[in-house]
Amino acid sequence: MLVEIRNLRIQFPTATGLSEAVRNVSLTLGQEKLGIVGESGSGKSLTARSILRLLPPNAIVTADKLTFDNIDVMRADEIALRRVRGARAGLILQDPKFSLNPVMTAGAQIAEAWRAHRGGGRKLAEQAAIDLLAQVQIRDPKHVARAYPHELSGGMGQRVMIAMMLAPDPELLIADEPTSALDATVQAEILRLIEDLVSRRGMGLILISHDLPLVSHFCDRVAVMYAGRVVEELAAEELLRARHPYTRGLLECLPTLSHRQKRLAVMQRDPSWLES
Amino acid sequence: MIEIDGLCVRFGGLEAVKSVSFSVVRGESFGLVGESGSGKSTVLRALSGLNLNWTGRMSVDGQVLAPRRSKDFHRRVQMVFQDPYGSLHPRQTVDRLLSEPLQVHGMDNIERRIMRGLNEVALPATVRFRYPHQLSGGQRQRVAIARALMAEPQVLLLDEPTSALDVSVQAEVLNLLMDLQQAHGLTYILVSHNLAVVAHLCDRIGVMQAGELVELLSADDLRGGRTHHPHTASLRELSIELEEPETSL
Repeated sequence: MLVEIRNLRIQFPTATGLSEAVRNVSLTLGQEKLGIVGESGSGKSLTARSILRLLPPNAIVTADKLTFDNIDVMRADEIALRRVRGARAGLILQDPKFSLNPVMTAGAQIAEAWRAHRGGGRKLAEQAAIDLLAQVQIRDPKHVARAYPHELSGGMGQRVMIAMMLAPDPELLIADEPTSALDATVQAEILRLIEDLVSRRGMGLILISHDLPLVSHFCDRVAVMYAGRVVEELAAEELLRARHPYTRGLLECLPTLSHRQKRLAVMQRDPSWLES
Repeated sequence: MIEIDGLCVRFGGLEAVKSVSFSVVRGESFGLVGESGSGKSTVLRALSGLNLNWTGRMSVDGQVLAPRRSKDFHRRVQMVFQDPYGSLHPRQTVDRLLSEPLQVHGMDNIERRIMRGLNEVALPATVRFRYPHQLSGGQRQRVAIARALMAEPQVLLLDEPTSALDVSVQAEVLNLLMDLQQAHGLTYILVSHNLAVVAHLCDRIGVMQAGELVELLSADDLRGGRTHHPHTASLRELSIELEEPETSL
């Protein structure tokens, strides 16, 4: 078992008391691909980030159990966490424009990640960076290694970010909306690349997104979150048989190419979804 | 309403838009689709007057456009941008954001127009004195739409108006845009990389690739797969593949 979360709660202090961002979430993840889907503010990113304890400092976190490969993340010290963060669990963020260092070349950034986790000389790390760029299917890795982030397209930047995360050879990859800033064609390419790398290296994957049909293509299992709760968890191929009205609503409000719609269905939110 | 003939836009050595021509009749919705960098937003920016460096011929409502536009043009043609987080002034209240276009164009009844504007985009009157950061993404995009409508335009240029929004909020904003078009007889040009969104809102669609308009077709032809250019076909195929949930075989 790679990750176990039982009864995770994340709260934030506000002027009017505690606001509950994540309420009693329980998830387990093995060597598989799990999608977490929900709207902005549903707590999907916080849940995934809690595995690395990368939460804002004012967050109040409680959990009956929160482990990564039997390491108790709640009680681990910073030194132990440093051996997990990046090294054993990588995090891919949404927008390469903001997540890459603008004054370092792509190659230097990947080499830095390589050396930080694996040691070794500069020459060796530079060669490793070019290898990694080739692995994320960049046609001219030597050229891209010398380029600065502003010289790269969005899709290329995201590939560089993935290469950087692969450098320490992690067991788990957390991809937090990795393609929301990209257009449909590039989006599909990047997700196929992630899926392929995850299967080939035998990693676990947590893919966070607000696009339910998209996630179902690239994951084995999907957890649907609403207002800090997991309201439904189902196998990706069972999506069309989803029972929870929120999951159904997410599917029905999408415009589609297959037939003409006069109006789009609008989500009718039921206060009872907040209970249970 | 809008005629574009042989529009070219250059950025240094790069030809971003290569001789694009199309026309949009009054009250119609026209969609432009294509990948990032295909030049679809550049067409919109040249038309709106944000980019002065273009050649070709463009006219709106019979008036031929020069690079510099009159004040009246900027009243009649309004633009809504992709990111409501970036397109609203962070230190201006909704009230100020909405009253500015009215003051610029010397319009009267500011009080009543603001209340009507908020009402039209289904925002409660309580948001009037809030700042953008106090609103949700969907509410901000509604404010951006309300601001564009303040000066009573005839044409709305929409640059990826829903791609920064959740799918449930996207549905609400698309329904709102449809209602507003019917109520005011607006002409829309919608730019997006999401084929399903464009086909939902628009009757006719132009497909762009590497600065060229490679195909013009109706939304029904796109749905039915009656495409002529291979790029249109591949965009359509990908869109359909990804939009259907995975089903067990």
